[in-house]
Amino acid sequence: MAKNTNSWFREKILLGMTPRDYIISNVTLPNFIAAAILGVAVSVMVYRLFAGLGPSTNLSDNYAWGLWIGFDILVGIALAAPGLTLGTAVHLFGMKEYHHFVRPAILSSLLGYIFAVFALMFDLGRYYRIPYLLGWSWGFSSILFLIGWHFFLYINICLIEWSPALFEWLNLKKYREFFSRLAIWATIFGVIIAGGHQSALGGLYLITPGKLHPLWYSMLLPVFFLLSAVFAGIGMVIVESTISHRVFKKQLQHLDHTAYDKLVVGLGKATASALFVYFILKMFDLGHSENFHYLATPYGYWYLVEIIGFVLFPAFLFVSAARKQNATLTRFAGLLTVLGVILNRLNISVIAYNWNFPASMKYHPKWSEFALTIGVITMLILAYRFIVNRMAIMYDHPDYESAH
Amino acid sequence: MKISRREFLKRTAAIAGTTLIGSGVAAHAGEKLDPSILSTGNTANERNWKIWVDRHKAGVSDERHGVLVDTTLCIGCRRCEWACNEWNKNPNRPIKEFEASVNEAKSVFDKARRMHAGNFTVVNRFKSSKDGKPIYVKRQCMHCEDPGCLSSCFVDAYRKSEKGSVLYNPSVCIGCRYCMLACPFDVPAYEYHEALNPQITKCTMCFDRITKEGFVPACVEICPAGVMRFGKREDLINLAHEKIRSNPGKYVDHVYGEHEVGGTSWLYLSSVPFNQIGFRTDIGKTPIPKLSKGYLFMVKMFEIVGAWPLVFGAYYAISKARKVKASHEISAEKKGEGHGEKH
Repeated sequence: MAKNTNSWFREKILLGMTPRDYIISNVTLPNFIAAAILGVAVSVMVYRLFAGLGPSTNLSDNYAWGLWIGFDILVGIALAAPGLTLGTAVHLFGMKEYHHFVRPAILSSLLGYIFAVFALMFDLGRYYRIPYLLGWSWGFSSILFLIGWHFFLYINICLIEWSPALFEWLNLKKYREFFSRLAIWATIFGVIIAGGHQSALGGLYLITPGKLHPLWYSMLLPVFFLLSAVFAGIGMVIVESTISHRVFKKQLQHLDHTAYDKLVVGLGKATASALFVYFILKMFDLGHSENFHYLATPYGYWYLVEIIGFVLFPAFLFVSAARKQNATLTRFAGLLTVLGVILNRLNISVIAYNWNFPASMKYHPKWSEFALTIGVITMLILAYRFIVNRMAIMYDHPDYESAH
Repeated sequence: MKISRREFLKRTAAIAGTTLIGSGVAAHAGEKLDPSILSTGNTANERNWKIWVDRHKAGVSDERHGVLVDTTLCIGCRRCEWACNEWNKNPNRPIKEFEASVNEAKSVFDKARRMHAGNFTVVNRFKSSKDGKPIYVKRQCMHCEDPGCLSSCFVDAYRKSEKGSVLYNPSVCIGCRYCMLACPFDVPAYEYHEALNPQITKCTMCFDRITKEGFVPACVEICPAGVMRFGKREDLINLAHEKIRSNPGKYVDHVYGEHEVGGTSWLYLSSVPFNQIGFRTDIGKTPIPKLSKGYLFMVKMFEIVGAWPLVFGAYYAISKARKVKASHEISAEKKGEGHGEKH
């Protein structure tokens, strides 16, 4: 009798195992590490909520935004662009051969946004007032207002795009059909909304001339952020699929690996073109603003590391990988691209921000800031794994294969 | 077994406790328990906001006012800091301690300070490049004509009053601190040591005083050296230029705040270039809000105009997919018929 009442839960949540077996199957080293990280992160969260931002971070009146905005929001949202790039390529441009990448991409976008906003709640002083932004007090002249609304809309869009997988899992055919039909509209709105707020994140820094180093400050910041979100998005698909194909090997037994590697190289080509466009625009910007004299300073060297080592270099690697049809090289270049975007966002928000301050006055994150950020990333990975192990993300659901 | 488990839990709790408490102590020690950083719960901004709301509802019209600061006259007595703390109910100390700084070998003047949650104004000391004598510079909110903080706020918590004050409304603020990035003068400060209900704090140009007939800001009133002059902004600009003209060589020919970021209500005169006394001279004449306005317009245009081709494109794609599907079905039926015929 007890077995019967538990059967749905057992089938859907415990992957068909008994509670005891399920727990035993989860006693693994990675899970133990994850639990340790979460333990520290949750204590930091509690400490932040009860002690305030002052004791729990190194933020100050001069550095109002630190790692929690710089990494969790700026980096997090850029790396959560896979849904935008792959969704557009497959649903709008009809590149159906890439459909295998779409569901993982949409899931990572959905989770990326949800956890970025979750982390943001700890940075906001009065997180409990976040509904004010949506329905009470509107600051139309603020780029942050645009971003806030767009996050809200985009999470809903991702939910719609992701929901077919959810309803397949729940065996709700009618809902699944309905939301599948909505998906194309969600994708269109997604392109508009995601394009809007990816660029808006760069737009945030338009009002900080004099604080942001001239090599990074530009009137083109929104364009740079949008473009780099495009290659961050595709680069992230390459990196993520590399990892998930190892972790979820069992789900991918029917995969044609040579054909799959070809697709990865194809993604690399797309990334390379975005990287080249970005690089050329950056050079135009450098020339137009006549900032060459800054290149021979420490900040200038750092700028060159970012722009040559993490933009131009991976672009050439992608091209060479495409010539040799070398998927491994494409994957390495993908990793470099992603690291480059992380570096760029941290440069703008932390490293090159308040650049004219002496070193003693500069901000460096406190251990607790790192702990919370790492904790949120861990939560994201666990949520991703939970969903992929249960829903048809990496493969087509056997009952619904005809839909593609 | 039981004992060891209990012992384990105890130890874990102890470690967690010391880590957390320890980090709290370290943070406070680093800031040397500066009362202006630790300050929380200031009510001056809220009070002044309410006054603005009442006056706005009543339709009271005002003329633009401001303050002209002649830095060549300042003696560094810091009484303005004391008076400001007193009027705005910020953490304060006896006025004698403020006055003493100027004669101390080691004093607050050793380091350039900025405004924090519990002080709306500070006096900094610089060395004159002309004669080596100290120059004292009072800083507070500049009260921009077109304020960056106002445009950056995503819940619309700022207002520029007709009188000149830039005012902040704590009752809608979410605490995102974007205004602190937006301010070219690094003015808004944040109550970092308030866990549940932190707010931004800043100078209000004593809006609650200047809206009463015959009252001037608290700092202006107490100044013994006549450094500051409160009046109509236009008159102050004329006066500033008059001072520069009639005292050749005394001032640099620049009224800071006349054009900076579109103009500010507070105006400064100096005997040395302004970048030598802690003012940013690289911020330009463009109001901060203008820097993001063009972009916002473009996004709106893209989202409204650019959306239509995408929507029609999708509609076209869907209808095409349906036709393909339909033709497949027809051909499938035909195949079926053919199949049937054979049998």
